Amino acid sequence: MYRQMARIRMFEERAAELYRAGELPGFLHSSVGQEAVAVGVCAHLTPGDVITSTHRGHGHVIAKGARLDRMMAELYARETGYCRGKGGSMHIADLDLGILGANGIVGGGIPIAVGAALALRLRGERRVAVSFFGDGATNTGAFHEGLNLAAAWEVPCVFVCENNEYAESTSRRVHQRVKDVVTRAVAYDLPGTIADGMDVFSVYAVVGEAIARARQGRGPSFVEAKTYRFSGHHLGDPGTAYRSKEEVEVHRRRDPIKLFREKLVREGLASSAELEAIDGEVAAELEQAVRFARESPLPKPETALEDIYS
Amino acid sequence: MRKITYREAVREALREEMIRDARVFLLGEDIAEFGGSYKVTEGLLAEFGPERVRNTPISEAAIVGAALGAALMGMRPVAEIMYIDFIGIAMDQIVNQVAKVKYMFGGKARVPLVLRTQGGGGRSSGAQHAQSLEAWFVHVPGLKVVMPSTPYDAKGLLKSAIRDDNPVMFIEHKLLYATQGEVPDADYTVPLGVADVKRDGRDITVVATSRVVHLAMAAADRLATQGIEVEVVDPRTLVPLDEEAILASVKKTNRLVIAQEATPRCSVASEIAAIVTERAFDDLDAPIARVTALPTPVPFAPALEQHVLPDEEKLIAAVHAALQ
Ligand SMILES: Cc1ncc(C[n+]2csc(CCOP(=O)(O)OP(=O)(O)O)c2C)c(N)n1
Ligand SMILES: [Mg+2]
Repeated sequence: MYRQMARIRMFEERAAELYRAGELPGFLHSSVGQEAVAVGVCAHLTPGDVITSTHRGHGHVIAKGARLDRMMAELYARETGYCRGKGGSMHIADLDLGILGANGIVGGGIPIAVGAALALRLRGERRVAVSFFGDGATNTGAFHEGLNLAAAWEVPCVFVCENNEYAESTSRRVHQRVKDVVTRAVAYDLPGTIADGMDVFSVYAVVGEAIARARQGRGPSFVEAKTYRFSGHHLGDPGTAYRSKEEVEVHRRRDPIKLFREKLVREGLASSAELEAIDGEVAAELEQAVRFARESPLPKPETALEDIYS
Repeated sequence: MRKITYREAVREALREEMIRDARVFLLGEDIAEFGGSYKVTEGLLAEFGPERVRNTPISEAAIVGAALGAALMGMRPVAEIMYIDFIGIAMDQIVNQVAKVKYMFGGKARVPLVLRTQGGGGRSSGAQHAQSLEAWFVHVPGLKVVMPSTPYDAKGLLKSAIRDDNPVMFIEHKLLYATQGEVPDADYTVPLGVADVKRDGRDITVVATSRVVHLAMAAADRLATQGIEVEVVDPRTLVPLDEEAILASVKKTNRLVIAQEATPRCSVASEIAAIVTERAFDDLDAPIARVTALPTPVPFAPALEQHVLPDEEKLIAAVHAALQ
């Protein structure tokens, strides 16, 4: 789990650097600060389980097993990327890994996860679907329709809301009145629990129950993970127009990776030296990924016409 | 005359109409403190306050529906949908409610509603943030559709749209926000339904929309050095469409290329081609040509995106072919 958290953090930080250096086109949404949610959830998933993700999806797909080199190649818009350069950061997908795609449409993945879960149930498999989405997404029709449908059909789906208190620049105080997002689960008669999204152990414990429930055929449930994004909405947004430096500082003090490290060392589960060794390995993996991406060919223009229909 | 950006021109129109008419208010995602994804509404919250510059949840259907409700009650809402790509979510409200209430109610309703949004590619934004979907709205009776290409047109057309008693889709282009153009200080409007001949020419007509107007102007400059005089016609509003201006130009040049950033099937270019074929077939000396995006989703990779979208070279090639 520590390795996965480090992979996400370092991937995001390196991608931000490369983006600022002008090497990556498009725009990028960093998940730095939210790593514990992706990792705490996906630690329960088998390769056969599926997820739907969001515009802020690098962490989810890495935690679900995506390779850094093919992800980086996609960010570099290369032929070897997960989507042959057609998707970019917001659309990374690998159906073989159970990743039904990041998504550029807020809320777009929620009903898709419900349908995927339905398919798993129809086929009598003990696999589950997990849908990641933000607090902002809980104001979309797709969210409400998706939750209701999941409840009505009792599909094996777990809804994971990463509540980072903002939808772009809009504070949750402005965009919804519920104190906790999880309140919304009540309306659909879904069990709902809050996890501390900065503490991977908390996420792991809470989501574990939800996933076990889905796997045992006891229906969908809802988890609200309270978290925070340390950077702006995307890399072009300094994130300062709508929140104070102090607010960001308060949350940074609860950096999920720092907390995790401290706990591992404190409880004797790992030594600092071991964790540093993991960091070193991840850094090497990442440099290899960047090299792979840079050396990969650009897609040939005529491939633009491929992949539209089967 | 002073020069301002397209972004500033849109903002000035909003600001001046909000001063002029207390019924005008804005709603949309992240338009308040943040000033909108493309900073069009920057500063308006400070000037007009949160009642008239309203941040909404991510609820496109509710944004449009609420704007309609307010319009029916006599307000003049200007709603923003951050990207035209997200408008699918609001499509029922637009197509079944906004566009039709007046008609279904036997003419009794008035819907002074403007829906501002922006589209277009060229920034590697990917397939869900780069589309040109204007034809969807052109297809639906009851909606007016505006696509300005310059700061002057953007300001004047937006003022007309806000003062109009009908629902108007006002479609900006993300790559035009930073472009500059002359805009007078004094109040003016550009009427809906009047095309603008952006460049006079005798050899061939290029009808172009939105950002492609600028590609057509650049192509026309280059073709002029080869002795080919291109007339560039910008319809500016797609509904109502200034058919007469397009036909007048075709009658003069006898050749027509229609250029747009949208994909070709059932598009505005197709519609204009049909109109010209119906009404001026005998004036044509060559088949009408369309320069459009390839019929694909907009790809992320810059190399692919360039290949898919129209550009100057493709326009020049089409003009040469039409002149053969
Ligand atoms: C349907 C739709 N509306 C608006 C947007 C623009 N947009 C992208 S991300 C975002 C905020 C999402 O907030 P949240 O769901 O809380 O996720 P977070 O960014 O905080 O991770 C918005 C408004 C979009 N992509 N899709
Ligand atoms: Mg959020």
